[in-house]
Amino acid sequence: MIASGLQTTGAHVREVHDDFHGDLLEVSMGPHHPSTHGVFRMQVTLDGETIVKLKPVFGYLHRNHEKLGENTSYLGSMPYTDRLDYLNSMTNNWAYALAVEKLAGQPVPERAEYLRIILAELTRLLNHTCLAGFLLQDSGASGTPLMYAFREREKILDLFESLSGSRMMCNFQRFGGCRTDASPEWLAAAKKLTDGYGAFLDEYERLITGNEILMARTQGVGVLKPDLAISAGITGPMLRATGVDYDLRKVDAYGFYSRFAFRVPLGDHGDTYDRYMIRVLEMRESIEILQQAFRDLPAGPIMDPKAKLRGFRPKTGEAYGRIEGPKGEIGFYLISDGTPNPYRYRVRPPSLINLTVLEDLCLGHTVADAVIILGSIDIVLGEVDR
Amino acid sequence: MLGSGLLQGLAVTAKNLVGSFHDPARLTTVEYPEQRTKLPEAYRNFPFLVSENATDPMGTLRCVACQICEKECPPQCIYIEKSKDKKPDATGRPQLYPTVFDIDTSVCMSCQICVEVCPFDAIKMDQVFEIATTDRFTALLLDREQLAKPNDYYHTIHPTEAAEVDARLAAERKAAAEKAAAAAAKAAAAKPAAVAGLGEAGAPGSSTPATTKPPAA
Repeated sequence: MIASGLQTTGAHVREVHDDFHGDLLEVSMGPHHPSTHGVFRMQVTLDGETIVKLKPVFGYLHRNHEKLGENTSYLGSMPYTDRLDYLNSMTNNWAYALAVEKLAGQPVPERAEYLRIILAELTRLLNHTCLAGFLLQDSGASGTPLMYAFREREKILDLFESLSGSRMMCNFQRFGGCRTDASPEWLAAAKKLTDGYGAFLDEYERLITGNEILMARTQGVGVLKPDLAISAGITGPMLRATGVDYDLRKVDAYGFYSRFAFRVPLGDHGDTYDRYMIRVLEMRESIEILQQAFRDLPAGPIMDPKAKLRGFRPKTGEAYGRIEGPKGEIGFYLISDGTPNPYRYRVRPPSLINLTVLEDLCLGHTVADAVIILGSIDIVLGEVDR
Repeated sequence: MLGSGLLQGLAVTAKNLVGSFHDPARLTTVEYPEQRTKLPEAYRNFPFLVSENATDPMGTLRCVACQICEKECPPQCIYIEKSKDKKPDATGRPQLYPTVFDIDTSVCMSCQICVEVCPFDAIKMDQVFEIATTDRFTALLLDREQLAKPNDYYHTIHPTEAAEVDARLAAERKAAAEKAAAAAAKAAAAKPAAVAGLGEAGAPGSSTPATTKPPAA
């Protein structure tokens, strides 16, 4: 007998027998809980150890980002976008720069477009490496995989630091190009890292992908159906893990992505294991893109000579700039009324929208499964709460 | 075989453990503060004010209190008060100067926008990151005496960038001096017709334009 109208889908749903059936227990997981990746709270109702209800509670890291954007200049918002998803400041910068460039009709030199792609793909490597480490940490593989992942991530952060001056708060893109040019030494270092990344992925996969415990913990856990994913607006690796072929790099072909040959990996089951594997496969495609970008990077200016840094006043209008961030579609919607500040500044955060299906994924699973399901969604609270 | 994936993973861990004894790529830990890594040249954390020389930092600040950085700073951590009088800068031209220039480093988010918007190359990013203090209010609010650092120091932390800035400033000053000399020569040519008492200010070779008043001492 199944208690309290529980959904019985998925291989890992444990049956709750009436003999042991007691009262439902409400547990507040978080906001100060290491598995929630920040200050996020899950109000879970438990029947034994099985989740029958889950209410995500967020807003603990709310920093008034969008209102701040309306009260600072267009340039002034750029460093704040670093602090949205603080793992991926380069892609946040690009999405915001793209929105403002659309609004103002600002062209971008070819070299800057290529450099943006290089930085975005390095960011994707960085983010997915972190996720692979954290997911293993969440599933109980304490320390070792996370430290191996962070060792590699640190190399990418070193590259970002030597280019932009800061490891995580890069503040690198400008409207009409990039802030500084990449030196030949920097490009050589980045190319060396890219060449060696495949070996790291091979080692990491030997460490964990075939691991029987990981498979038992993740396969069939937190299955997301493609129709629910589409109707809930899920984007990014989480959507592609369900088998839906939707990648903004292909659909929108922003920047120069149409010039690059790469494949979009798709999942089959939409479970936690697929979400992990999608990230590993995407990293391998990112390496391909990076190799092509280093090969084709043209010489030339990094900044449009007509671009203005100060006193930037786009004409009245609106624009939505979106890119395929490592976590999904990151978009910025701007309305200009001709003043130096945007009239409306809106962020479409992939983390928040991907988080909305958390309850559907967790119902019928145990508390320990909820932790790895949350880990596989890949949230950063800076972006969820803004 | 069940468990083969597990054993394969353990082999990787063992390889890393052994490797950490002889392979620097597998042991990346740096024992800070005894060991330190070299900071990249582009590294930035908090702004400082560039002065031309170390002996008289307040007298040779490049800052002319134009307040652009104060306006553009996203978290608004800069506070400037403009001087009422003008003092000669490094090139001898009379300029306004900041009587108060405060940066609240507890608010500053190291975004570098003040550096990018400064038209006088007067504010640059520092690399001092060991700034822990027991006083969170006054010790983190830096005034202009604490912020001023000589140009030589700028050369030691950002050598490439500083060389570019120096070359640009030298070219600008040369152009300004030539312009001033041309103006002075023009004024000198027109002098016989003008009042004789104004002759001193427009002497040829002076970098001061003939039309400006001599700087107040």
